[in-house]
Amino acid sequence: MAAGVAAWLPFARAAAIGWMPVANLPMPVAPTDKNKCQDELIVLNVSGRRFQTWRNTLDRYPDTLLGSSEKEFFFNEETREYFFDRDPDVFRSILNFYRTGKLHYPRYECITAYDEELAFFGIIPEIISDCCYEEYKDRKRENAERLMDDLEDSKDSKLPNMTFRETMWRAFENPHTSTMALVFYYVTGFFIAISVITNVVETVPCGSTPNQRDIPCGERYTVAFFCMDTACVMIFTVEYLMRLFAAPSRYRFMRSVMSIIDVVAILPYYIGLVMTNNEDVSGAFVTLRVFRVFRIFKFSRHSQGLRILGYTLKSCASELGFLLFSLTMAIIIFATVMFYAEKGSASSKFTSIPASFWYTIVTMTTLGYGDMVPKTIAGKIFGSICSLSGVLVIALPVPVIVSNFSRIYHQNQRADKRKAQKVQKARLARMRISKTGSSNAFLHSKRNGMLNQALELTSSTGEKRHLNKTTSIIESQHHHLLHCLEKTTNHEFVDEQLFEQSYLESGLQTFPSRSPSLSSREGITGTCCSRRAKKSSPPPNATHTHTLTHPHKHNLQELSAIHIQCGEQQTLNTSRSSLNMMQDESASLNCKSSSQVTTAIISIPTPPTNNSPCSPETPTNPPSNSSAGVVKVSAL
Amino acid sequence: MQVMELLAVAVVILLFFMILKQFGLWEPLSLDDSSDGGLELYVVRHQPEGLEELQSQTQFSRKELQSLYRGFKNECPSGLVDEETFKSIYSQFFPQGDASTYAHFLFKAFDTNRSGSIRFEDFVIWLSVLLRGSVTEKLRWAFNLYDINKDGLITREEMMAIMKSIYDLMGRYTSPSLREDVSREHVDRFFQKMDRNGDGVVTMEEFIEACQKDEEIMSSMQLFDNVI
Repeated sequence: MAAGVAAWLPFARAAAIGWMPVANLPMPVAPTDKNKCQDELIVLNVSGRRFQTWRNTLDRYPDTLLGSSEKEFFFNEETREYFFDRDPDVFRSILNFYRTGKLHYPRYECITAYDEELAFFGIIPEIISDCCYEEYKDRKRENAERLMDDLEDSKDSKLPNMTFRETMWRAFENPHTSTMALVFYYVTGFFIAISVITNVVETVPCGSTPNQRDIPCGERYTVAFFCMDTACVMIFTVEYLMRLFAAPSRYRFMRSVMSIIDVVAILPYYIGLVMTNNEDVSGAFVTLRVFRVFRIFKFSRHSQGLRILGYTLKSCASELGFLLFSLTMAIIIFATVMFYAEKGSASSKFTSIPASFWYTIVTMTTLGYGDMVPKTIAGKIFGSICSLSGVLVIALPVPVIVSNFSRIYHQNQRADKRKAQKVQKARLARMRISKTGSSNAFLHSKRNGMLNQALELTSSTGEKRHLNKTTSIIESQHHHLLHCLEKTTNHEFVDEQLFEQSYLESGLQTFPSRSPSLSSREGITGTCCSRRAKKSSPPPNATHTHTLTHPHKHNLQELSAIHIQCGEQQTLNTSRSSLNMMQDESASLNCKSSSQVTTAIISIPTPPTNNSPCSPETPTNPPSNSSAGVVKVSAL
Repeated sequence: MQVMELLAVAVVILLFFMILKQFGLWEPLSLDDSSDGGLELYVVRHQPEGLEELQSQTQFSRKELQSLYRGFKNECPSGLVDEETFKSIYSQFFPQGDASTYAHFLFKAFDTNRSGSIRFEDFVIWLSVLLRGSVTEKLRWAFNLYDINKDGLITREEMMAIMKSIYDLMGRYTSPSLREDVSREHVDRFFQKMDRNGDGVVTMEEFIEACQKDEEIMSSMQLFDNVI
């Protein structure tokens, strides 16, 4: 139940008087407030700073440390206050959560410290209100990344048993790991540079032979260049083969961009070797040499910046594509206009629209070669408009690329948005569960309430009673209110899944008009006479959520609730729910008598907060441990 | 070509005017007088009467009034509860069902002067009647609640609406599952019990008389006496 409305509970109960005249059945007894103490102030001493609040304020969230009896552990007898040895600054936000119902995350606070405090006080971080939730998640993600980076750095220390292949691969990927890797790195870099320079110098005309023509160096010193080329290609080939050998996934390596560049860089040489003798295809061979320039891309392995640039261009490909498209549109428009404008003038260079493309591009990029110039007035006007608009259009891609480049540096954003969406769903799911926890709490404590009444009747046998009302008064009053509503309408609240299940199974069978719930007439006596409730234990997982609402199957047996086999008590989590208490007391009751005592416990589909997984836990154990405390839910 | 030249000149003139408009030197269209007043969301604030007056008007002690007011103010800092807030508060008590209709009827019953919002004094006075008042007063209040149009008579349609709103509080997931005519049966039973002279409407006297005869109802009226 939410925070402040606990104060409105008296009002809601008073409004329930409106149901009384139309009720079908007599109303249940109201829970009495035994210790009717007025609301009092309690003092919370957190590392010396004293906070004071009303006790009721803290009771609003009974599943947290401050709202439950767990705070009694911190009660200091001499000073009559609760002392917590924690951070007082963070405690401010936590206490405000109780007061206002909203949990805020202060920006100046460290994220891990805050998380620890929340965990200590039993508050789940998903409750952080929307105004601060985004900040909280961002900080948390940054922290996680930082931790991962630290982890990766520490991973670089060489693991003792790595195969030779793995060592080689690590050496290739990260040259700083060992000296050999560094040497290899520099050697390949050097040879790439040599190869590129060779290709360039090959085409420079150097010195003339007695023929009039200037021949390029490549043709003059053919042998030398050939030897240089061979050496480089050999080095590249060896490097490629070694990488191929060392790669953990060869197929993936062969598909990667870098390996394709490697292959393209060395392939022309081999093709050239094969084709040297045939003169006809030497023309094609010459063009293949163009691909040798791809060797320069091998530098990207050596340079981080080059890689980032490449990745940037790849990532903003769509924006660039769109801009190219709009640019093409503008070129076509202006070229058409210029063509028709210049059609009239004689000796015009604008012979066709495609011919005007060249003029338009040159003008729009403000190059202005001057080889094509408009001569008519109209042509000049449109030409000037073209160049003015060109400036604007060309200026557009630049911010796109810049912003993308900066986005690459924070490149996890896209992945994290996806992750955040998943977390958002998980967050909403958790909040929904804790909200339905309240309605489930009613169903669950309805049975507990019945148990209390049952035990009151059976207490005449003199058994020990641990009737410890651990549900807060507010909760019990709220449940009483819902119970009154049930009586008024003669219908019962059930769990959603059970409703679906029973709806499916029973079809449209009309139920008997008498209330299947515990009417005071027969239900309680039914629970007391538990001997007939010796149901064989079907697999608990299957039935303990299903046998809840089948009143038509077994008539009076249904009214008996769960029976607990006497046996050792499971180690249940110390939860603050009364479920735990129920188990304790029923176990203690059990072990005295041989007959099976019926208790009522509902299994609730794992809400994380309130009703801790006592019931879902126990059914997993019975197959192994038959004498263990098995909790089975039978119908009601 | 002449046409092209004319076209070029026209384009130039157009561009000229566009630039003029951009600089605000020439406004062909009248500018929209968008005075950005907007709604002034002035919040009504209400302070309740003093403690002594409330103490005299109700049956609550000083401390009880203090704790009630603290809770009230926490939820409604302005001191007034409007219908939307009321509905949302009431809905939180019934997570499985739809509390808006019943909350609407309740609001109408509490808001005696039809002002559209409940002040703390109204709230606490009604609470005093419901929790500390006599049974007759409570029955009167219940009658007032059922009588939607406040004409002094409960008709069948009014009762149907009330009953449906109560069943709405239960929500979908009930056992046995709600059928459509279950509220009608309920209303029939109610009229059978309450309508003395069988004229199809229930007056205040009939209602109080019939309730006083029914022991269950009388005992259930006392149920919430020790709530605060």
